[in-house]
Amino acid sequence: MKIDYQSIGLKVGLEIHRQLDTRCKLFCECPTEFVDGGREIRFVRWLREAQSELGEVDPAAIFEARKRRKIVYHADTLNTCLVEMDEEPPHDLNREAVEVGLVTALLMNAKPVDEIHVMRKIVIDGSNTTGFQRTCVIALGGEIIVDGKKIPIQTITIEEDAARIIERKPHEIHYDLRRLGIPLIEISTAPVINSPREAYRVAYAIGRLLRATGKVKRGIGTVRQDLNISIRDGALIEIKGVQELDLLPKVVELEVIRQLHLLKIRDELKKRGVTEQMISEEPIKDVTEIFKKTRSRILRRKIDSGGRVLALRLRKFGGLLGLEAAPGIRLGAEFAGRARAWSEVEGIFHTDELPGYGITEAEVRRLKDFMEAGELDAVIIVADEKSKAEDALQRVKERAIEALRGVPSETRAARSDGTTIYLRPRPGAARMYPETDIPPYPISREYLEELKRRLPPTLDEVAESLSRKYGLSKQIANELIDLEKVELFERIVSETGVKPRVAASILAEHMKSLKREGFNVELVGDSDLFEISKLIAGGEIAKEAAPEIIKWLSKNPGKSVRDALDALNLRPVDMSEVEKKIDELIKRYKSMIEENPRKASSVIMGELMKIYRGRIDGGKLYQMVRERIHGQGGGS
Amino acid sequence: MAVGDRLQGYSGRVREILKESGVEIGDEIEVEVRDETYRGILMARYELADPNYIVIKLPNGYNVGIRVEGEVKVKRIASAKKPRFIPPPKPKFKEGLPKVTIMSTGGTIASRIDYRTGGVRPALTAEDLLSIVPELSNIAEIDAKILFSIFSEDMTPELWNRMAIEVDRLIKDGVDGVIIAHGTDTMGYSAAALSFALQKPPIPIVFVGAQRSSDRPSSDAATNLIAATRVAGHAPFAEVCVVMHAWHSDDLLAVHRGTRVRKLHTSSRDAFRSVNSPPIAYVKDGKIKLNSENLNKRGSREYRFEPGFSSKAALVKFYPGMDADILEFLVEKGVRGIVLEGTGLGHVSTRIIPTIKKLHDDGIFFGMTSQCIFGRVNMRVYDTGRDLLKAGVIALDDMLPETAYVKLSWCLARARNLEEVEELMLKPIAGELGERSMPSMEVKLE
Ligand SMILES: [Zn+2]
Repeated sequence: MKIDYQSIGLKVGLEIHRQLDTRCKLFCECPTEFVDGGREIRFVRWLREAQSELGEVDPAAIFEARKRRKIVYHADTLNTCLVEMDEEPPHDLNREAVEVGLVTALLMNAKPVDEIHVMRKIVIDGSNTTGFQRTCVIALGGEIIVDGKKIPIQTITIEEDAARIIERKPHEIHYDLRRLGIPLIEISTAPVINSPREAYRVAYAIGRLLRATGKVKRGIGTVRQDLNISIRDGALIEIKGVQELDLLPKVVELEVIRQLHLLKIRDELKKRGVTEQMISEEPIKDVTEIFKKTRSRILRRKIDSGGRVLALRLRKFGGLLGLEAAPGIRLGAEFAGRARAWSEVEGIFHTDELPGYGITEAEVRRLKDFMEAGELDAVIIVADEKSKAEDALQRVKERAIEALRGVPSETRAARSDGTTIYLRPRPGAARMYPETDIPPYPISREYLEELKRRLPPTLDEVAESLSRKYGLSKQIANELIDLEKVELFERIVSETGVKPRVAASILAEHMKSLKREGFNVELVGDSDLFEISKLIAGGEIAKEAAPEIIKWLSKNPGKSVRDALDALNLRPVDMSEVEKKIDELIKRYKSMIEENPRKASSVIMGELMKIYRGRIDGGKLYQMVRERIHGQGGGS
Repeated sequence: MAVGDRLQGYSGRVREILKESGVEIGDEIEVEVRDETYRGILMARYELADPNYIVIKLPNGYNVGIRVEGEVKVKRIASAKKPRFIPPPKPKFKEGLPKVTIMSTGGTIASRIDYRTGGVRPALTAEDLLSIVPELSNIAEIDAKILFSIFSEDMTPELWNRMAIEVDRLIKDGVDGVIIAHGTDTMGYSAAALSFALQKPPIPIVFVGAQRSSDRPSSDAATNLIAATRVAGHAPFAEVCVVMHAWHSDDLLAVHRGTRVRKLHTSSRDAFRSVNSPPIAYVKDGKIKLNSENLNKRGSREYRFEPGFSSKAALVKFYPGMDADILEFLVEKGVRGIVLEGTGLGHVSTRIIPTIKKLHDDGIFFGMTSQCIFGRVNMRVYDTGRDLLKAGVIALDDMLPETAYVKLSWCLARARNLEEVEELMLKPIAGELGERSMPSMEVKLE
């Protein structure tokens, strides 16, 4: 679908979270790098939020409170101490982390606060043992320029990373505490991004800026991007937890498609004359009898374990539930997402997708008859414990009413394919109060001046100086930076004497294009690349051989470059043998040489390259051929 | 914290500026300083921090400190909104539940937060308490009372006495259990005190506290209170006891005998441990599991109310290099009995033994406990111990030093002479003395 993002009024704001590569965690001395071999203890906790004095009702808090469950923490003693277990007050705010935050702020022209105050932000899903996340604003304001456009930065905060979910059961949730307390920096932009591509560009620019500090972690799980997305007539949707940068444009695009789809359905429902009352007065009916002998596995399982099948008719919703705007984007999926999140039911189906899932046509017919559903009506069924199923269908009703109004504002979670699922209602004003265990942390003007004096170069500046120093193109210099190969590149050039351009093309171009072709180039180590460059510098192999060696190594992990040379028959050749071969070819093409020496030498080169490609430098071989031809000619 | 101070924590020039601008904590204000304008809610200032800052809560909920230097303008945008919390209706008690009174002595076992200012307000009435911990209404019919509002480190023998008198009154009123919510620092002392003052009571008297304050979602207050209510209302035994976490986990709570319990960790939930004796019971999954046989039964008819604590007792920890003058000084100040916390089996430097002997001859009580905490004193093994016995020091067996101090305070309030004190100190009264010593568990290495 081609979407004109400008005309639909797309506005996207980003929140980029990134783990810091500090020596210890934000509020204790546990390492931020996982250490293996510790002893694990497990303990149980319950969380309950102290009531708010204002007596306000926060929908997100109610959502969590409903799901109050037993929390089981797994604490590895090499990576967690009493602080992560909430058995000891936090230690002082990690200076190293604060400094990364301040450096980032200065690089973005943001204004560091005079005094940092650590806050407690209530989070009672168990991901923090305390029931709150400790977080603090480091700086306000600031901006970055992306493709010539000014992107305002709203806040730069430092906070503690949460525990990682290991397992989720209906009444019990397990968390690993090792990640809890690793410092995270969070950069939030103003909602000024107007296209999926721009979301990517801004996230990329922020990522590069953070990397310039030299203190951020790399790799899976170290970056998390949250977005808020809205379109005109749509709603503000928060999307949590996009891990891959490359996925950002797709998430934005799919969210726009989802909102447009919901708006289209709203219009269609209006046209069909559906009213709120028509939905709210529908009764929920027990239809277990109809499915008594069902072959549907999920219904069978639920009925056998004492559950019931309940049904809800939605008049004039027929056909709209299964209508798909993009894979996974259907009103039916919205209903199911809502019911699953609130009521934790599994078996939920609607008539647009039936017969199917083992439910037969006859069953569907009896269901529709029983529910008095006409051609244009839809029926939703849920199989579960009676109270859960009832609750789930109530949620479906609420969601169906919202469909009449368009797009409900909510928090959604990103999945790895770029689609999203309902997570919870959007929270009210953040429930935050001061972390009284940590004193305020003043930032002196002198300290800021000192940081300004030793500000690291931005990656653009690094690229500039690389290209100047080594005569590289800007593009290849940037690629070396993005692939984190700058250090290796400089070491190879200075220690092997290989030409900078050759080294750069091995480290950046070849690695990148081979990766795109599907080779596992991650398996080729820095020492292998160093070795290859050294062989090229010494004239032992031709630079053309590099990609072949890298390919072979990526398919043969654990093997050495020497093994690759043997396997690929790239051992240095005996020059007298080459001379013999040239003479042989000159003899064979003697007449051609006399007629057209130019053409003859290129034919001979072709033959030679078939044998020696990668083993002798092409230029050198050509030189030899020319010399031998001239030599022969002179002698006859 | 100065209650009612509308510029709490602010001092010096900043306080003047705020005062002149007519703003107070909770007001929405605008601060102009160094060409920057900040807008937010004025927050209280942390007293120990640099006074030259104004703290505001930004619209996004975060607090930041603004350094006040040069010209500063503060303007009020809107007045503070007063919290307008309406407590939910009091839950209905089920018929036939035991009556339990919760007495608070300070600290907060349940509280509400004003997210606007970060203020924490304790739940003081039964209604308040039940609205915050509604589970209690399924366990017992709750009544709530405020006895004191003090830090537990400010507790005194005089206050133990008032606490005991109050509990005695509740017993006579016919309640089925009493809970005393207490700061954890000196909870062990108070539990020991009530063990001596309320002997063989007809109902459980349960001390409970929290190692994590009740404004935190992870507070142990509610779990501890729920278990304490279960013990107070339903336990088959009627002991003065402490109910707290048995370990880091929220699902196992231990019931400790009031004379045998000691706080052994500064911050962890399982700080309270029974020493030289196992916990008398555990609470798991809402059930009480007995762990001891010698328990005073609920409904005991042998109840004796023995109030009275003297402030003339002292607890002195011996340390290498200690000067005997310290003991003389205490006696000069009116102390009539000293519990020594000696080394190992119960020793102090031979240099101070003559002073002890002299003071004992003058009628001062000396009892020996061990700073090892675990194990019993035995002063017949080494010369020093024998010399101390000869000097008149009484070996207090396996009594905890703190319990011995509390008991001494209680004995001094009722014994007529030194001999009676010495006799009473060795007479088992509330499970404080002489259980079998049990081995510790074997360490297993893989
Ligand atoms: Zn730690």
